[in-house]
Amino acid sequence: MKVAVVFPELLGTYGDGGNALALAWRARARQISVSVQEVHLGDEFPDADLYLLGGGEDGPQRLATERLREVGFADRVREGARLLAVCAGLQVVGRHFAVEGDDTFPGLDLVPAVTVRGTPRAVGDIAVRVGSRLLVGFENHGGRTSLGEGLSPLGEVVSGTGNDGRVDGYRAPGIWGTYLHGPVLAQNPWWCDEILSELVGEPLAPLESVADRLYAARVREVTGRESAS
Amino acid sequence: MNTLSRRLGRGEGSVVGGWVGLAIDPQLVRALSRGREMILVSGTNGKTTTAEMLRRAWGDDTGGNRTGSNMTQGHVAALVNDPSPRMVLEVDEGYLGEIVAQAQPRAVVLLNLSRDQLDRAAEVRHLALKWREALRDVRGVVANANDPLVVYAAETARDVAWVRVPVEWRKDAASCPHCTRPLSYGPSGDWGCECGFARPASFVAELIDGSLSLGELTVPLELKVPGEVNRVNAVMALSALHTLGVDPENAARRLRDLDSVAGRYQTYPWRGRSVRLILAKNPAGFGEALRALEPGDEVWMAINSQIADGRDPSWLYDTDVSALAGRVVHCAGERRLDLATRLTYEGIEVRVMDQPSSTPVGEGRVSLVANYTAFREWRQMLERP
Repeated sequence: MKVAVVFPELLGTYGDGGNALALAWRARARQISVSVQEVHLGDEFPDADLYLLGGGEDGPQRLATERLREVGFADRVREGARLLAVCAGLQVVGRHFAVEGDDTFPGLDLVPAVTVRGTPRAVGDIAVRVGSRLLVGFENHGGRTSLGEGLSPLGEVVSGTGNDGRVDGYRAPGIWGTYLHGPVLAQNPWWCDEILSELVGEPLAPLESVADRLYAARVREVTGRESAS
Repeated sequence: MNTLSRRLGRGEGSVVGGWVGLAIDPQLVRALSRGREMILVSGTNGKTTTAEMLRRAWGDDTGGNRTGSNMTQGHVAALVNDPSPRMVLEVDEGYLGEIVAQAQPRAVVLLNLSRDQLDRAAEVRHLALKWREALRDVRGVVANANDPLVVYAAETARDVAWVRVPVEWRKDAASCPHCTRPLSYGPSGDWGCECGFARPASFVAELIDGSLSLGELTVPLELKVPGEVNRVNAVMALSALHTLGVDPENAARRLRDLDSVAGRYQTYPWRGRSVRLILAKNPAGFGEALRALEPGDEVWMAINSQIADGRDPSWLYDTDVSALAGRVVHCAGERRLDLATRLTYEGIEVRVMDQPSSTPVGEGRVSLVANYTAFREWRQMLERP
């Protein structure tokens, strides 16, 4: 299985590189072979089973979007590669997003999501209900994202802001979008395993690690209640 | 007033007096700076240590904000309480413009710029832009030429004294601050962009083989504070003093006995062990601290996420922890589980210390690397065992 961390020098301001680390560690613990490649700006753009896009500042976000357009990134995902898009990454693959004040910038149009500038900036712990479970993380963004027809949110915001105060992220075939840093896959081992399981096409053996303690502690901290698992 | 602040348990006592002073006169810094020689030090990492080096090396009668209160109130408090004719002030990155305008400093030392506490501070490129505007036509700037964001910030100043010192952390300067195209880096710290933005060609000083090089003159650095990062701090301090006409060899000699700065690098006896306290607050600083660890030391790390630390500890994943490979790391602090998870995913063996009372019994020295409020808590605990 090949995981590609896309432009970490541009979209890696908030520790999102840790998502690849969590995926690889949890895959290898189940004897699933996985390679992780960082893709830098000048590199030839590689094939991968899963691409990871993280958060970044305005200028770098714009540059990343231009490069992704040049390499035909959206087509790679349409043709079957999977994508986890976090924060700026979530905005980049949408129709358009706001940068540097209120200028809008065209996205990759992979999903019908539109991001405008919102105030105040959403900064803090966030919890999102996905199915019967909670995702916990930290958000730090000035975007308000609305989802076009046919695009489902990832989950419902329990505390924090997410897209608009009500829902967070989006879910389309092979695509997960969220505003959660943490990094999200490191703090939410169950969700990391769910994505991994979809990639390998079969259920995974349970795996205990210190990340379970972290997840339980964060759920208690962010929601004031026991973990819903 | 400061006694009151201390009694209330609100820090080391300098801030309350500063607030009261500012309520009386917002131009207080200007008035209090008159007739004194001043050096300002700012940057993401190394402010406190470099400021202390400057105070020692500048000579007697040099004062400053030793408690580390580095915003306006702290500056006012230091200027009120300390009558020294020479002052060295460390300055929070967000407050540089304000104090440069008021204090008329003889030198402004700019160390580095990288991500720090992104939940409450501005993103680092925005900060660089703020500096750039504040430093326009300012004289006396001494700046790190190997850090592209510092150069972007300082190039509007007049007659900058550029200093070439190694910068390990490049993740915040991958793209050009002028045009956002990728910056390219050479092996010896040089860097540049297609648009023409590049490391300044002229420089006054550099760090070569552990020594300060000033053109013809080479000054060996004998330091007790550890690591390459402190040689960099020393070079920045001595270069700034050199621009003011201070003899660099005499100045370097005055740094020899410096072995700890406000608890940083200080070793304490504790429960039959000896614990060396190291402060690291952000990815760039942590990477440097971990590289400077003594091979034989047991490693404890303590991470909090109070407001002063930044509420979001995800920066742990931006930190290069490869220097910990093969060690067992004892994880403490409010965010010990975040730390333990982060290190586990890197393949590093961890033990979670749920209470200070559960600290491991063992032999040999401990290096305790802690972020801001965790450092403060441990320092208090180690000073009153």
